[in-house]
Amino acid sequence: MSILVNSETRLITQGITGEYGRMHTLACRDYGTNIVGGVTPGRGGEDVEGIPVYDTVSNAVKETGANATMIFVPAPFAADAVEEAAEAGIELIVCITEGIPALDEARMKRVVTAAGARMIGPNCPGVISPGDKCKVGIMPGFIHAPGNIGVVSRSGTLTYEAVWQLTELGLGQSTCVGIGGDPVIGTTHIDAISMFQQDHQTEAILLIGEIGGTAEEDASAFVKEHVTKPVVGFVAGRTAPPGKRMGHAGAIIAGGKGTAPEKMKAMRAAGIAVAESPAELGSTMAEALAARA
Amino acid sequence: MKLHEFQAKGRFAHVGLPVPKGIVCETAEAASAAFDELGGDLAVVKAQIHAGGRGKAGGVKLVKSAAEAAEVASALLGNPLVTKQNAPDGTIVRKVLVEEGLPIEKEYYVAITLDRQKEVPVLMASAEGGTEIEEVAEENPDAILKEVVDPVSGLADFRARRITYGLGVPKKLARPFAATLSALAKAFLSDDASLVEVNPLVTTTDGRVICLDGKMTIDDNALFRHKDLAELRDEDEEDPTEVRARKAGLSYVNLDGNVGCLVNGAGLAMATMDIIKLHGGEPANFLDVGGSASTEQVTTAFKIILEDPAVKGILVNIFGGIMRCDVVAQGVVDATKALGLEDPLVVRLHGTNMEEGRKILEGSGLKIIPADSMADAAQKIVEAVS
Repeated sequence: MSILVNSETRLITQGITGEYGRMHTLACRDYGTNIVGGVTPGRGGEDVEGIPVYDTVSNAVKETGANATMIFVPAPFAADAVEEAAEAGIELIVCITEGIPALDEARMKRVVTAAGARMIGPNCPGVISPGDKCKVGIMPGFIHAPGNIGVVSRSGTLTYEAVWQLTELGLGQSTCVGIGGDPVIGTTHIDAISMFQQDHQTEAILLIGEIGGTAEEDASAFVKEHVTKPVVGFVAGRTAPPGKRMGHAGAIIAGGKGTAPEKMKAMRAAGIAVAESPAELGSTMAEALAARA
Repeated sequence: MKLHEFQAKGRFAHVGLPVPKGIVCETAEAASAAFDELGGDLAVVKAQIHAGGRGKAGGVKLVKSAAEAAEVASALLGNPLVTKQNAPDGTIVRKVLVEEGLPIEKEYYVAITLDRQKEVPVLMASAEGGTEIEEVAEENPDAILKEVVDPVSGLADFRARRITYGLGVPKKLARPFAATLSALAKAFLSDDASLVEVNPLVTTTDGRVICLDGKMTIDDNALFRHKDLAELRDEDEEDPTEVRARKAGLSYVNLDGNVGCLVNGAGLAMATMDIIKLHGGEPANFLDVGGSASTEQVTTAFKIILEDPAVKGILVNIFGGIMRCDVVAQGVVDATKALGLEDPLVVRLHGTNMEEGRKILEGSGLKIIPADSMADAAQKIVEAVS
């Protein structure tokens, strides 16, 4: 098995008639994902290359049995789209949209949690399980290969870089999850790592973090306590100037944490093999696997 | 987007928060007239710049006459004010706020910001107002009280009371103090702020609670629904290059090195800076062209990078997902020709349409150094600029 998405996934796209929604829905279908429909209010009854379009998520679920959604709705309306999906009983909500107001994110997270749904993102590349030929997101499918490495990352293109290095070394992936870099996200590093630990197909985990917040420190503590599989880590941004994106009161709440050296130290203390260079993501994983064998 | 103190106080007043009477002035004459208009025998002249630490830098002064107000305003206006936060260059003061003097009894600190771990806004307060919160956090973290703010309904009354009593606010002022905390939370939510800070929030000897200072940062992602707030942006306060980059849909931060970087995606852009440093070079900038840059955007990005006189070479690192490598390659070729670029240029393209992209670079007849991987690219550009 993989995590989150597989051959059982029945996907709809919210915002399917927009330029990106359409393009990526078709790319997901080409990859092998079971796309059962799409939603754009006011466009119900139309189709996109044979994919039926509905006015509401409830209708789409009723007609197609959809259990997952991929959201391309523009930022001003995205929180509403997420809440609509959660309310309609969708189990997995992958929100690609970037630029959603932080308070909207806080509100929609609460609705998603109350509904018992799982959200990935927002502002993320999505999820892909190459062995199940299931891609729910905007990542280029061809760089992936079926295999046993679980990848979790806050970043988009840096994840592609990591995946490509793994694939080049013959290390395929069970599932790759882009959790997004926004202040409030549906699925954290810890959530994904926990799922990978329980997943039989996943043999090792690649954790890609970046500066800011304490998500990597928290994930490291979790790994130390709960994870028996090899974990390789990387933190982007050791050369970034401090304080450029964080408001200073926010830094206080985080207890002044968030620098790359601190995160790498926390990872090492948890037994995570840390890649020093972004060019060594794949090779550090290969070494970690060899050391285990 | 940061607001000036006078703008933040305008927003505070909008939700009924008590702020001192004040007048914004752009000339010494206006400051003199403002003193008279306020009518007291004491006023404060405050430089309006975004950077904090104004008081210690001499940007906030008590004055006792209209003539003194004019004198202080004239010394501040048009000159750079250098504080701990904007050193070494400082910021030119273009406006001063002349405010009534108040009989202060005690100063408190209050701020609201989004707590990433709790995933809701949190209100923080301490009885050590006036001092920098970083110092309090370091020396006496228990002195900072925290309560969560509900993202829909605001600060619950019992939470406002818990903070108020926790800070030891005198009983006769407890009600207005708690009401002020609730109103600050309301301002935070209704304006989609990412930070509201009042340092100090004061009680006066005549029994009032007043926001003596005001800082506010608005969530840029929410400006689409706050057209009135968007107009408060002061571009004089921002790095002009960063402003132009933002308008072109690029995210740019200037750094001290000599290797210009053009990358897609923030994580990969940071990793590219890291690997340049690991190979002994120094990045000149962070530049994320975003997920779907056009040929024109790539040209603008090149122009922005080259405006920095320290740049001795450029590294382009693109992993195409949404972005197509052939589009980037065409942009690189067009920009190189249009700008007559002579500095070394290393290009690493991977992902969607990478073969087409590489062909465009090879066929251009330009002196572009291709690279196969991030490490290869970093090594080549560092060698080329040294």
